Amino acid sequence: MNNAIVVKNLTKKFGTLTAVDRINFSVPRGCVYGFLGPNGSGKSTTIRMLCGIIRPTAGSATIMGIDVLKEPEKVKQSIGYMSQKFGLYDDMTVKENLEFYAEIYGLSPAERKKRRDEIIGMAGLEGKERCLARTLSGGFKQRLALGCAFVHAPGLIILDEPTAGLDPVSRRAFWQIVRTLAEGGTTVFVTTHYMDEAEGCDTTCFIFNGRIMAQAPPEELIRKEKLKTLEDVFIKYVEMDQGTPEANSRKRWLEILGFRRRNGGGR
Amino acid sequence: MKQRRFSWRRFSAIVKKEVIQVLRDPVSLRLAIIMPVFMMLLFGYALSTEVDHITTAVYDQGRNEDSRALVERFTASGYFKISYYSDSEKEVKDLIQAGRVKAGLIILPGYSPGADALSSQALLIIDGSDPTTARTALSSGLLLAQAEARDAFEQKQEKSGVYYAINLEPMVAHVWYNPDLKNTNFTIPGLVGLITQSITVMLTAFSLVREREKGTIEQLIVTPIRPAELILGKLIPYVVIGYAGFLFALFLCIEWFGIIPAGNIALLIGLGLIFVICSLMIGMLISTFAKSQAMAMMLLMLVILPSVLLSGFIFPREAMPDIVKAVGYILPLTYFLNIIRGVVLKGVGMEFLWLDVVLLSALTVVLALAAIFRFRKTLD
Ligand SMILES: Nc1ncnc2c1ncn2[C@@H]1O[C@H](COP(=O)(O)OP(=O)(O)OP(=O)(O)O)[C@@H](O)[C@H]1O
Ligand SMILES: [Mg+2]
Repeated sequence: MNNAIVVKNLTKKFGTLTAVDRINFSVPRGCVYGFLGPNGSGKSTTIRMLCGIIRPTAGSATIMGIDVLKEPEKVKQSIGYMSQKFGLYDDMTVKENLEFYAEIYGLSPAERKKRRDEIIGMAGLEGKERCLARTLSGGFKQRLALGCAFVHAPGLIILDEPTAGLDPVSRRAFWQIVRTLAEGGTTVFVTTHYMDEAEGCDTTCFIFNGRIMAQAPPEELIRKEKLKTLEDVFIKYVEMDQGTPEANSRKRWLEILGFRRRNGGGR
Repeated sequence: MKQRRFSWRRFSAIVKKEVIQVLRDPVSLRLAIIMPVFMMLLFGYALSTEVDHITTAVYDQGRNEDSRALVERFTASGYFKISYYSDSEKEVKDLIQAGRVKAGLIILPGYSPGADALSSQALLIIDGSDPTTARTALSSGLLLAQAEARDAFEQKQEKSGVYYAINLEPMVAHVWYNPDLKNTNFTIPGLVGLITQSITVMLTAFSLVREREKGTIEQLIVTPIRPAELILGKLIPYVVIGYAGFLFALFLCIEWFGIIPAGNIALLIGLGLIFVICSLMIGMLISTFAKSQAMAMMLLMLVILPSVLLSGFIFPREAMPDIVKAVGYILPLTYFLNIIRGVVLKGVGMEFLWLDVVLLSALTVVLALAAIFRFRKTLD
């Protein structure tokens, strides 16, 4: 099994709305996989199906060779998930959150202590062990969330917009941790609206209106579409799907898509 | 390989987490302790206001020592307050009709309580539109008249030195368990149950919903936690809090309202634990249904209102139609009212309570299973 994730014809309907429409993709092991798309394109819905939080309407998905639909509980032990909305207990301290998740994932008391200290070091949370999660700054909150998702050393971590709303320094710090994990062999599945972050991924996948537009390494996409940046590629796909590229000025699209172009200070 | 086994480690993680969170939330912690005390005092007084000082009009035709003694006895009892001395039967009836008095005492000419006449010599008219008042007036009025008669009879015997064997009370009304017919003895123990159930249900009803609203449930669903571990783990800290609330309420019932249990208090305290756990399970079940705190609140009302009306707390269940009565069987309070009233008022033990205990325990298990079964590890 060379793929961490294999998705086949995965579909999710909310009433009449098809949020995810028969998507297919696979994520090789050990790769940093960028999942891109404008707001409401179905990224979070896809992720939540992969994690077993919601059930697909149709299609299948396997994670580490395990069928998500058939053995959702078994899958859970081998993935770490960071939700788009901060999901840790903000009335508990850094240490307590880490220990809680470590214990939930079945680590023994000795392992828990060791793992807790490792994560605190890795996420640069030294000195903040006794801070309530609520009082942490955005950057530290996200690092703690990453730490909790990685506390049981899963083979795959799924991050839903982990850097949304962070300042450039915090973003870089966050990505440094992600890279360390990737170098350690962990597969990373990440969504982002920052194109500089996307360019740093091994492979990117574009989803729009619940459908996959393209899947390739970022450089390849830029070359193939004969454009300068990944952002241009992104916009091209969105306009292509709309069918009337001329009618909509590029600027207006940027607004609609909610791009934070200014923030992306290179990588 | 399915992970079907209950993991004590994950269970203990949930318990620890809940304890930390409860301790860090001093407001709700304090509320859980203060509420029973506050509600006991507030409702205890509201419900225990014995019907007394019933406004009464007197038409005394006897105008003798004995008739004055009877009126005096009525006043001294505290149940009656003489607000009118009338001169005719019609006036008394008019006063009742107009709602100026709730009762009328008409004493016939030649009234003599010790006399061996079996015909009534005094008439008590009661306004029955408020049954509670009427019942109190009736029972206390009869008891007072009987007592008066007995006293007078005994006096006469002493004077004459002759013993008559006359049955003064051809029909004796024996009142058991609550000889003073005091409402408090009945309501206050019931109130201990009602307050305990209301507060404990509330404690757990919000616990899962809060996680849902804050979004922490999403992170939790992605872990290998099992529903049973989560539901039971969440329960533990609230058992302690709910039980403390129950003990406080019971303490007030005994020490403040002075209702000394006739039976085994240790038994009552022990059975209270089952009751608390059962109530917490209802809250848990609500928690699995509710999507928001507002919805949880509404579901809470669906439990609390029937608890007041259908459990036997106010209205006797014997008089209810079967369907309505059946609803009461899904409320822990129904069983616990039998238990607490049984122990406190009648002084009975397990030999009479076992059925209620068995049913309460069974309900606890059923509710627990329902909550665990209901809790889905998905959000749609
Ligand atoms: N529980 C739900 N019920 C109904 N509709 C939903 C639900 N969750 C998502 N949707 C809809 O599905 C579509 C896809 O939503 P999704 O959250 O997957 O988008 P996204 O790509 O993650 O967007 P964003 O970048 O804003 O996070 C949206 O139109 C959204 O309104
Ligand atoms: Mg999203």
